[in-house]
Amino acid sequence: MYLDNSATTQVNEEVLKEMEPFFREEFGNPSTLYGLGRSSKNALNQAREKVAHAINADAGEIIFTSGGSESDNLAIKGIAFKLRNKGKHIITSNIEHPAVKNTLHFLEKLDYEVSYLPVDENGIIKIEDLKESIKDETILITIMHGNNEIGTIQPIEEIGKIARENNIIFHTDAVQTFGKIDVDVEKLNVDLLSLSSHKINGPKGVGALYIKKGIRLEPLIHGGGQENGIRSGTENVAGIVGFAKACEIVSQNLDSNSKKLSAIRDELIEKILSTIPESYLNGDREKRLPNLVNFRFNAIEGESLILLLDAKDYQTSTGSACSSNTLEASPVLTALGLDPVDVHGSLRISLSPETDDFNVDDFVSVVSDAVSRLREMSPLWNQDTDYKAVMCNGKRNRCRRC
Amino acid sequence: MEKEIDVGDVKMDYSEKVMDHFANPRNCRKIEDADGVGTVGNPTCGDLMTIYIKVDDDKITDISFQTFGCGAAIATSSMITEIAVGKTIEEALNITRNDVADELDGLPPIKMHCSNLAADGLKAAIEDYQKKNQ
Ligand SMILES: Cc1ncc(COP(=O)(O)O)c(C=O)c1O
Ligand code: FES
Repeated sequence: MYLDNSATTQVNEEVLKEMEPFFREEFGNPSTLYGLGRSSKNALNQAREKVAHAINADAGEIIFTSGGSESDNLAIKGIAFKLRNKGKHIITSNIEHPAVKNTLHFLEKLDYEVSYLPVDENGIIKIEDLKESIKDETILITIMHGNNEIGTIQPIEEIGKIARENNIIFHTDAVQTFGKIDVDVEKLNVDLLSLSSHKINGPKGVGALYIKKGIRLEPLIHGGGQENGIRSGTENVAGIVGFAKACEIVSQNLDSNSKKLSAIRDELIEKILSTIPESYLNGDREKRLPNLVNFRFNAIEGESLILLLDAKDYQTSTGSACSSNTLEASPVLTALGLDPVDVHGSLRISLSPETDDFNVDDFVSVVSDAVSRLREMSPLWNQDTDYKAVMCNGKRNRCRRC
Repeated sequence: MEKEIDVGDVKMDYSEKVMDHFANPRNCRKIEDADGVGTVGNPTCGDLMTIYIKVDDDKITDISFQTFGCGAAIATSSMITEIAVGKTIEEALNITRNDVADELDGLPPIKMHCSNLAADGLKAAIEDYQKKNQ
């Protein structure tokens, strides 16, 4: 059972069908003038309409990209470069996706200044902190809509209002929220908004950036001037058509999907917390995505939990240091104020509207067995091992954990 | 540990041997009347391991572990108990992290640091034994 839909999703069958003609019959380049090219162009225009419609934007405000990462890069660098003479200060949160975080780290090397707003223990920024960090030189606020690890949802409307009052451009990464909750660019008061296709049962390698009419940014990919000169390169027509179809499907079913998913989520939270001792929910209980939960279990390590769950055919993920390429505990979970030892025992479960036959009771019982098994093996469970003392003293200050 | 776990389909970068020792760890328990106990932490990722030994006539007659860590950490702990049992203290002190990794048919490069933990844990347990028996 695939329970890692925040990582990626399976392409929907109708989406695949919609894409197929564009590989062989309708393979034309949309920039050409003969019939074949024009029909690609038409498909592209229709796709743009559909994506725009799904977020209450105009077709002219949609730029197709290669995915969420490119959209984030384009939004942030595009504005930073365009407005470099106006100011070099950017505000963000400290739980952003690497596509935002590392783009900002890059800009710091180019002498931009970035303020990272902390989140509270539930993973939400404080509006007061935002207000206080605004300066005359602030050109951009970029704060994600829904977090990909813990699922918390930020007060985007309110942030957008403050940005407008202060004449600052506002970007949000809606990659995880789109298709799960209402994403309406008018209601959210945003100027720029990132979307990705493969998180909504569309194909990988496609996404979009919403750019509010009147907002200008510097392109990152120069060339033949496609996408209004903002993103050159022959369009990924099949991918874009598939993405648009996926947008159409999720928008049509938004309410019922959201209801269905949040019912499963709530049952899962209730049953995990009541079945497994010393288990906790990471992230706000209410302000969260309907399809994502993140738990933590004391005294066990996440990678070994993932392996045990995989052995029972459940695919999930963790923020444990042991499972990351850098061997660092998840920065998002750390931002909640958790010690690395607590982050170790984290487990993320994420559903898709297409998740069927998910039996919560069966799953909870598998998780519960796996957790008990690992706890039986753990020197931190039911024993008076002093974690910090071992880590620090044993290593004569080589410890970089505290 | 109770019932075996079938990890046949689990595809990580781990060898079959690692997965076997992870899923069916050998000697994972506490020895209540151990002659030496060593607990060490892994400064790289923050994991923790305890090794218990029983020693008779300078030989390790029983050895067990408890580990809070990843699949590789659990497998290396399990493996080092198999390697060390029956060895003299001196032989046991010469077991290196590479010995453990080799016996497991290798570890992914990023997981080599986990095998330190096993070698260090065994050393700490032996030091504890030696301190108590000076
Ligand atoms: C919040 C968020 N932003 C951006 C991305 C990157 O999207 P993509 O994989 O389409 O580049 C992801 C997914 O990995 C994400 O979860
Ligand atoms: S013990 Fe943490 S990575 Fe292996």
